Amino acid sequence: MTAITHHIPDDILAAYAAGSLPHHYAVAVASHVSLCTQCRASLEAHQTMGGALLETTEAVAVSGNMKADLLAQLDAPAKPEPVYSRRGIYPGPVVAALKGQGPAWKSLGMGVRQSILSQDKHGSVRLLYIPGGQAVPDHGHNGLEMTLVLQGSFSDETGRFGVGDIEIANEDLEHTPIADPGDPCICLAATDAPLRFNALVPRLLQPLFRI
Amino acid sequence: MSHNKSEISEQTVLMIAVRDNQDREAFGALFDHFAPRLKGFIMRTGCSAPQAEEIVQDVMLTVWRKASMFDPHRAQVSAWIYQIARNRHIDIVRKESRPVPEELAEDPGAEPDASQILAVEQEAGKLKAALSSLRPEQRDMIEKAYLGELTHQEISDQTGLPLGTIKSRIRLGLERLRHELKGLRE
Repeated sequence: MTAITHHIPDDILAAYAAGSLPHHYAVAVASHVSLCTQCRASLEAHQTMGGALLETTEAVAVSGNMKADLLAQLDAPAKPEPVYSRRGIYPGPVVAALKGQGPAWKSLGMGVRQSILSQDKHGSVRLLYIPGGQAVPDHGHNGLEMTLVLQGSFSDETGRFGVGDIEIANEDLEHTPIADPGDPCICLAATDAPLRFNALVPRLLQPLFRI
Repeated sequence: MSHNKSEISEQTVLMIAVRDNQDREAFGALFDHFAPRLKGFIMRTGCSAPQAEEIVQDVMLTVWRKASMFDPHRAQVSAWIYQIARNRHIDIVRKESRPVPEELAEDPGAEPDASQILAVEQEAGKLKAALSSLRPEQRDMIEKAYLGELTHQEISDQTGLPLGTIKSRIRLGLERLRHELKGLRE
């Protein structure tokens, strides 16, 4: 496995630590951090920052009975939370989003498949499966788009993205990602746009049809 | 004042006692220190006092239950509790489960490395000092960012304003953390 060369910018990591990043992006960030030591270190530096703020904030006295109430709860059985660990190429946060199941692939034509992890009016996060040499379909994003490679690789005008690399594109980026020849490319794509895959036209044909 | 600079901080010692021995007295002392700070911190997001206390209760219970995940070689107690507080706050308010990275577990039976623990604490101490040198409105802005009150776009637009010293601190800390994390992975 080659080293990860495309990382998450600091402002996005800070927003993730603080919890202000929308859910779909948070899945992509948590997945990348699971694979990337450098971004984990950056995230932990932001947590240190949060801790320093917590330490130096103005304290407000808590109710008198709170401590006793809490201590009485320590022995109560906790309902076990499921812990999702990495499964094959899928990092823990993806496995969690899949609720421990395998991806439910749906064909989009031309050998391209997708498995939607979650979607709402604020955006979506999904897995994409692109055969080698094939263009990644247009995700139809209005703003920020995050694409994390889990298997294979893709390339576009900005560079090559291998396993663990994350491409963070804003709406200004006109790019045509194409899966590199070889293994199919599987990636996690998070966008802030509702799904627009109904009439899929491969990107390569788009200039011809001016869609 | 700083007579114990070469010793591991009280909070870290308490948290290790909770982690390794389920020490209730140590947990009570951590509660005394952190609960009022957590309450103040959470109320700055506009939470009412009772709502903030409900979250504090939940956070401290999570600290007790997840104590085995605490690793003083990588995180200060306050940093670890900060992230738990943000996660629980969001889970409770938004009623959704926050995506979190895979946990990195310490090697079972690994001997604690006091110099590494101290290095983490010193780095955090420098951060705290940098924070205290900020003007109130600068601190306010940073606090807003780390309390989830700013969008990532707003955070990005703020960079260069009050973040100068702090960003270089984070970068320094980063080198060390990166080294430590590599050690864990190998």
